[in-house]
Amino acid sequence: MARRISVRSKVLATVGAWLVGFVIFFPILWMVLTSFKTELTAFSTPPSFLFFEWTSENYTAVEARSDYVHHALNSIIIAGGSTLIAILIAIPAAWAMAFAPTERTRSTLLWMLSTKMMPPVGVLVPIYLLFRNFDLLDTHGGLILVLCLGNLPIVVWMLFTYFKEVPKDILEAARMDGATIGRELLFVLTPMVIPGLASTFLLNVILAWNESFWTLNLSTLKAAPLTVFIASYSSPEGLFWAKLSAASTLAIAPILVLGWFSQRQLVRGLTFGAVK
Amino acid sequence: MGSITLQGVRKSFGPVNVISGADLEIANGSFVVFVGPSGCGKTTLLRLIAGLEDVTDGRILIDGVNVVNVPPAKRGLSMVFQSYALYPHMSVRSNIGFGLKMAGMQRSEIARKVEAAAATLNLTPYLDRRPRELSGGQRQRVAIGRAIVREPKAFLFDEPLSNLDAALRVNMRVEIARLQRDLATTTVYVTHDQVEAMTMADKIVVLNGGNIEQYGSPLELYERPANLFVAGFIGSPRMNFIKGRIAAENGAATIGVRPEHIGPVRDGSGWSGTVSVAEHLGSDTFLYIDGEEIGSVTARATGEFGISPGDRVKLRPDPARIYRFDEQGKALHA
Repeated sequence: MARRISVRSKVLATVGAWLVGFVIFFPILWMVLTSFKTELTAFSTPPSFLFFEWTSENYTAVEARSDYVHHALNSIIIAGGSTLIAILIAIPAAWAMAFAPTERTRSTLLWMLSTKMMPPVGVLVPIYLLFRNFDLLDTHGGLILVLCLGNLPIVVWMLFTYFKEVPKDILEAARMDGATIGRELLFVLTPMVIPGLASTFLLNVILAWNESFWTLNLSTLKAAPLTVFIASYSSPEGLFWAKLSAASTLAIAPILVLGWFSQRQLVRGLTFGAVK
Repeated sequence: MGSITLQGVRKSFGPVNVISGADLEIANGSFVVFVGPSGCGKTTLLRLIAGLEDVTDGRILIDGVNVVNVPPAKRGLSMVFQSYALYPHMSVRSNIGFGLKMAGMQRSEIARKVEAAAATLNLTPYLDRRPRELSGGQRQRVAIGRAIVREPKAFLFDEPLSNLDAALRVNMRVEIARLQRDLATTTVYVTHDQVEAMTMADKIVVLNGGNIEQYGSPLELYERPANLFVAGFIGSPRMNFIKGRIAAENGAATIGVRPEHIGPVRDGSGWSGTVSVAEHLGSDTFLYIDGEEIGSVTARATGEFGISPGDRVKLRPDPARIYRFDEQGKALHA
């Protein structure tokens, strides 16, 4: 017999879920609201929630002071580029670990992940010097390189778990059908893990989009993505909450839209293979 | 052409010997079945021939050429997997045509061959479906279609019928046997089901613990089993083994008699025993008998045999059909 769910508990659960959702979403909502206040109302106590004089002057000011489109394009190039390259490197790596494992595969995976346990600031100086000596400071290539390498362990790990779900028989069938390893990857494995690839891509674009440590330290203007754009509003001349909020809203807008449209794909990928 | 020769083929996974020195000649066009209990190495042997596993030692010749270092894609064999292993994202048409596409064949040529294979296997109405929209039997046909369309040197089947229900299994068994006869392509077929082996094979390889116990035609194995293992494995219900005084009287350590070669009678001379269970199949009756000196014995009587549990019977084996084995389990020949 199916579990009986009373109307009352259903209502309670629904209200509870919305409440939790609202709490999680509140900081973002507050940021968006603040971006429409004047600098004065942004500071006022008690804070006004909805009933204030709405203004778009912050957006005009932000656009006038700094070039949003330039930074957004940099973000797209850096986040998209680093993720694409990482996936291209990770597909063969994950293939090898999933389908031709040795006794060291497990520890290799753990070792790769362990590189994410180190605080990045620990290698800031050597990497900064390398970047300076190779003329990579404030270049797209340099940022793509460092973010790609930084996220590679996660990409390999994610693809590995998706690949593990693919029955080995099917790849062997392709081999019997005369497919070389490259064609096996291209025509058989990759199409079967599209949901997994998509969610890996999305998650890593988001990670790279929001990455601020390396982008702030290794870029200034030419290649600076939106993180640098936001940071420029926490200036020493005083806090401009409303303008900072407007800049942040602009910075997260593209990724929010992307996430909204791909949420079905994202969820499907993240639960891929959980239920046969 | 497609003759396959194994010379001293050995396979070990770490310290574990899975195949310990297999020698085998598979003639062009013949249907050879590998049969044995689970874990006997039959699937491993098939995968070694396919190239999906590397041999530890020995040589595998296909048409006289050593293929030990040739990748599976280049061996010119095709394989039907137990799980069918269809490409889930491709239509039936693309599944069957994939091998030809990999071979770089012309599009029109592929279409023609796929249509022909589909017609042979009654798959024409399903060509544009995905594998998940097919029944188990249809998937099985697609897997076979994928194998035949490439006109390989040999077909390799890895327990292809084990996922089908009993009725379908018999149908597919007949169909595969007929297809193989029509195409006259060398076939190696792995199964744990000795009925499949007996009915389909030109020759059977009985494997046990990584060793080839016997290689011969189905009737050879039935009539002249080389040892206790083969004698017990081939035939259903399995052969009765009797040790002790009665065996010694026959000059052997163990004697074997098949259930169909024991005539149960109500009285007269013979081994005596009590019926514990009687299975009535209509055409036959299987009697499970606890004998005083012979232990538990199965006898098969033709037709209905008016006997019920608890009845005492006498068993008379056909003297010409008593198999004798020595202490090592090897068959003794008269």
